[in-house]
Amino acid sequence: MAETLDLSSFVERGDAGTAHITLAVDGVGCAGCIRKIENGLTKLPGIIDARLNFTQRRLAVDWRDNEIDAATIIKALAGIGYQAHPFAPERAEADESKQAKALLKCLAVAGFAAMNVMLLSISVWSGNVSDMTQETRDLFHWLSALIALPAAAYAGQPFFVSAWRALRTRQLNMDVPITVGVVLALGLSVDETATHAAHAYFDSAIMLLFFLLCGRYLDLAMRRKTRVFAGNLASMQAEFAHRLDAKGELIRLPVAALRPGDRVLVRPGEVIPADGAILSGSSEIDDSLVTGETIPRAVGAGATVYAGGINGAGALTVAVAAAGAGTLVDEVERLLQKAIEAKSRTVRLADRAARLYAPVVHATAALTAIGWLVAGASFHDAIVAAIAVLIITCPCALALAIPAVQVVAAGQLFRSGVILNCGDAVERLAVVDTVVFDKTGTLTLPDPAVDAAAIDTELLQRAARLALSSRHPLATALARRARERVPYPRAVEEPGQGVRALIDGEEARLGSAIFCGLADGDTPPTPRDREASCIVFKHGGRTVVIPIRQSLRPDAVAVTQALKARGLNLIVLSGDRPEAVGPVAARLGMREWLAGLMPAEKIAVIELLQAQGRRILMVGDGLNDAPALAAAHASLSPITAAHLTQAHADALFLGEHLAPVLRAVVVARQARSLMRQNLVLTVIYNTLAVPFAVAGLVTPLIAAVAMSGSSILVTLNALRARLAMPRQPIIASTLSAAAKAQQSVGEPVSQKIGPLARASAELVP
Amino acid sequence: MNVLIYLVPMALLLGLTGLAGFLWTLKSGQYEDLDGAALRILPDDDITT
Repeated sequence: MAETLDLSSFVERGDAGTAHITLAVDGVGCAGCIRKIENGLTKLPGIIDARLNFTQRRLAVDWRDNEIDAATIIKALAGIGYQAHPFAPERAEADESKQAKALLKCLAVAGFAAMNVMLLSISVWSGNVSDMTQETRDLFHWLSALIALPAAAYAGQPFFVSAWRALRTRQLNMDVPITVGVVLALGLSVDETATHAAHAYFDSAIMLLFFLLCGRYLDLAMRRKTRVFAGNLASMQAEFAHRLDAKGELIRLPVAALRPGDRVLVRPGEVIPADGAILSGSSEIDDSLVTGETIPRAVGAGATVYAGGINGAGALTVAVAAAGAGTLVDEVERLLQKAIEAKSRTVRLADRAARLYAPVVHATAALTAIGWLVAGASFHDAIVAAIAVLIITCPCALALAIPAVQVVAAGQLFRSGVILNCGDAVERLAVVDTVVFDKTGTLTLPDPAVDAAAIDTELLQRAARLALSSRHPLATALARRARERVPYPRAVEEPGQGVRALIDGEEARLGSAIFCGLADGDTPPTPRDREASCIVFKHGGRTVVIPIRQSLRPDAVAVTQALKARGLNLIVLSGDRPEAVGPVAARLGMREWLAGLMPAEKIAVIELLQAQGRRILMVGDGLNDAPALAAAHASLSPITAAHLTQAHADALFLGEHLAPVLRAVVVARQARSLMRQNLVLTVIYNTLAVPFAVAGLVTPLIAAVAMSGSSILVTLNALRARLAMPRQPIIASTLSAAAKAQQSVGEPVSQKIGPLARASAELVP
Repeated sequence: MNVLIYLVPMALLLGLTGLAGFLWTLKSGQYEDLDGAALRILPDDDITT
């Protein structure tokens, strides 16, 4: 059957017959790659421009539409050795990129103003202790005002807007005291200048903005970096579907481009691309990613299938369904909405601090003014003292205390293979006391593996090599063990039964028990093997039953023990059968487990636990886990998780090890303790500085020194996180071991896992 | 102190030039691929002998 690749959903059409596509390119590692890719493409006819963004590993290609198409370009890239995946930028990424540009502009303006105002201020400070005339001083103050006022109005926008938004909903965030401080400092300075006074605070206000913008920009830059990485991974994982058009021809197109009513062909071993109903064909479907259930279910015409299920031995034609009421996905969506609303009520540490801090500071300022008035000072002097209190307590350090640590912690996590989805995930990860695991795909590896303990190695190798000729999921698992990656010549696959081939002149068969001549009762389903699926291999008079089962992640036992040692309660909540969940929980020494749960029941259990005051970290990958992830206090997902699930996890982790879960908790706890330290440091600084301000002794010079001093102090303390969190060697070796495991197999295990392992290898510096 | 009449505008003008320069680099997308820019100078295939 002819098969065409349709990428039109990724291509942007320009005027005059030009087209543009962005591709995420895998395997770019050096300067040579840039030249190789760009030159390789521009040599093709019809290509207008090809430019590789090395930082983001993305390639932008423009071409004339009538001369070449996207599929040819991707094929040409594969020809020079690079896997390219069409990439559709996420809304969030585009927004953040725009935000970053705006912040950089504000930062530049604030930086320019801070330098020039400081130039004038230092002249005034030195002039005040020598022979500067009042006229010169006034001129310098007016010049400062001329620079600082427009600059502050421009560069302060991010804070003013955010403060206004918070006030309108009758809330306090950190930006409220910042805005109050900046506006009052500028106002007071203008008044002082007009009355020929010796002190003006233009430099303090503008420097404050500059420091804070630096913090904001770094925070955003870190988030963008992880988002770009996650976006590339998503496009490498993106799945393609085979759509049957009216003429019965096959068109290969990205899953995102499927529309309700389309007919898609799902071949044996493929992932079902969308929810729908089976039109024709019968097969068995492994729904482990959807429901956690590991025993395949038999389906025939008319049965409903869910996106993410893995097709068994038969080819299916599926009609894509519109999201209708009553489907599993619908139920999941409804639960998600509820869970997200509930979660938005948690308050960030920084905002909690602001809620305590702002009233105290503003009350102190008011008391200062009243105190001075009572003591008989003039109204003007009392107000100046009160504003000095606000300036000196303006939470520069407080506002940097938390983002600075967040940036460092996010970087640490990124390097150990944990990609944060949202900024405050670190705070929430740090306070969890209970970890709830899903079983299938989370505690166990997403792909089943051969239990080769009792099987003759040579026989297993022959079976594995024969399995290369089959597309059945069990055979795929077995084929991964093959050291020789060349299929036997003339191997024949009998759909639904198995494969056979001649090996050394004798017929070998791999498949169901009946196919290999075993009577049904002969397959020994020992009690231990109840959770395993079996495949039979027969060659040269020897018959062997090969059990294939979901295997635990290699370090699952060690990680769960380490988590317990850190005082966390561990619970397993699974959608799978009790017979499958029990042994896993027992091996990991987890006493609390529940099996056979529906998505709504998972949420119910988590809400019950949270009602008891427990803070829950949910780790899960299935579609059925998505609502539970959203409901839990913090959540983690392996990168192999269902798309919807990934979107609702606070962070994703890479690789086949469970260690990143432990790492995430450890780093988050250390980060939180650093955040608290930083908050304490700023409180100490304020209690030391405020008495001077109350006494009316704060000159602009003291304010400037105190402000930059405290900001530098908390930033340095945050950077200490890099020293305080030495990279655990286990993690680095985990990732490189995962990458090595991939190499030793020779070829990437499958299209889906290959890029991920390489991506995780890239992370190890 | 008459020297200030041209020194101060000069200082401001220099600062503004720097700012304008930065905004121009930002607008022309020079911060979009920092790692790539560092590597692109290495190959010298544009030199024809």
